Amino acid sequence: MKKQIQKRIIKDKLFKIVIILLSFLSTFPLFFILFYLIKNGVFSLNFEFLINLPKPVGEKGGGIANAIVGTFILIIISSFLSIPIGICVGIYLSENKDKNLSKVINYFVDILQGIPSIVLGIIAYLWIVRPMRHFSALSGGVALAIMMLPVIIKSTEETLNLIPQSLKEAAFSLGAPYYKTILSIVLPAGISGITTGILISISRIAGETAPLLFTAFGNPYMNLNIFKPIESLPHLIYNYAKSPYPEWHQKAWAASFILILIVFTLNFISKLVVKRWKVRF
Amino acid sequence: MESEILRIENLNAYYFENHVLKDINLKIPKNKVTAIMGPSGCGKTTLIRCINRLHELSPGARVIGKVFLHNENIYEMEAMMVRKKIGMVFQKPNPFPTMSIYDNVLSGYHLNGIKLSKSEKDRIVEETLRKVGLWDEVKDSLHRKGTFLSGGQQQRLCIARAIALSPEILLMDEPTSALDPISAAKIEELILNLKENYTVVIVTHNLQQAARISDYTAFLFMGELVEFDKTEKIFTVPSDPRTENYLLGKFG
Repeated sequence: MKKQIQKRIIKDKLFKIVIILLSFLSTFPLFFILFYLIKNGVFSLNFEFLINLPKPVGEKGGGIANAIVGTFILIIISSFLSIPIGICVGIYLSENKDKNLSKVINYFVDILQGIPSIVLGIIAYLWIVRPMRHFSALSGGVALAIMMLPVIIKSTEETLNLIPQSLKEAAFSLGAPYYKTILSIVLPAGISGITTGILISISRIAGETAPLLFTAFGNPYMNLNIFKPIESLPHLIYNYAKSPYPEWHQKAWAASFILILIVFTLNFISKLVVKRWKVRF
Repeated sequence: MESEILRIENLNAYYFENHVLKDINLKIPKNKVTAIMGPSGCGKTTLIRCINRLHELSPGARVIGKVFLHNENIYEMEAMMVRKKIGMVFQKPNPFPTMSIYDNVLSGYHLNGIKLSKSEKDRIVEETLRKVGLWDEVKDSLHRKGTFLSGGQQQRLCIARAIALSPEILLMDEPTSALDPISAAKIEELILNLKENYTVVIVTHNLQQAARISDYTAFLFMGELVEFDKTEKIFTVPSDPRTENYLLGKFG
């Protein structure tokens, strides 16, 4: 009897050790990434790097200003397209749970979430690049917007599902029309969850390269025109990293560092939003 | 009987196949408190939700029959119009969590797209909060969120929100059941004051409460209106044996 209990205690301990060890292991990749980025990236970083345009191989200096601006323009285009649609679909799904259309949409959203990003790039290529006959920031933004949609839809739907029915009824009982009930009562009550979803979706697409390869394409010059090709951080990293020049590799590290910094900031803001804007019912 | 404000004729309500209210006929007198009591699941809440057409928003809900507000059938009116004229207070206090106390009181105006000047707003907020006895407690924190108040204060805020629009009838669905006894007593006192200006219809399964505050009482059982009369009479000489049994605590 005593022996059996001892055996169990040992098994318990072993189990706990394995859990802790594996949890610890899961943080390793991130630590290594940060270590390499800081080791290789930080030293090539300076203010000039952030505000200058790229220079040809062999010339000293040069920066990634066009890629930083490009990434922000792409984020703005894709947010502009996906946020209104995503929130509307999320509202529809949460308001019409039992409808067959909701079940179909929900199923489609799940599938959309699993579609490889390169395929979305091809779609944007067929929809926009081909008819317009040239690459453009807009087509890149569309590809990224399709990537953002499922995240925004799901987070909006799930947030709104948690809002008590009694709030809606209170608004209705005051004679409020449906649209005002949703816009003035329900959406503001879910603002923290919806905003978090949007920020997470942005940080997801900020580092996407594949859908941009044949849509936004890349551009060595500064471009603010959404109908022209545009550079982006992940695309620039991809180009620099596969080049044979060590100084370009250095730049790729530095650009990666900036990109990670942007993603970090977005994640940090979303944590803050959850905390600050939390609505008490 | 005093002048009636609301007349319910042959009202039947359903949830899917479930026949919840059966041929209800009822006349609600003006400026009185009418209590609707009965055991759980007898259709009390459904009945008052039919009066402001909230019932029809539930999935599977259906209503047959007529409800007249001043001789106008509310089922032929715009639902939004009906709900503006017939306010409601819910079982659990539900102030709008994103709005301040001030904005909660005015939310009916905001949600109906009625624009008010600053001075009108201030006047309505103060007047209404005084009516519900909340002014002195919150006058220094009008711009804090309503959800920071205690449960009883929240419920009074919800009453303020409902009466700010000057409805003709105020429906209350067990407004004190989620509150402590002291807060509940305050709400009861408030209801007695409210009947000067409003007609109150209150759902309750607290018999003492019905006896204390109502002028008329309707006893509902299994979806049927068993008895409707002056509260005194119902509680002293009920005419139906089912009412008597309920009052004696034999079921419910």
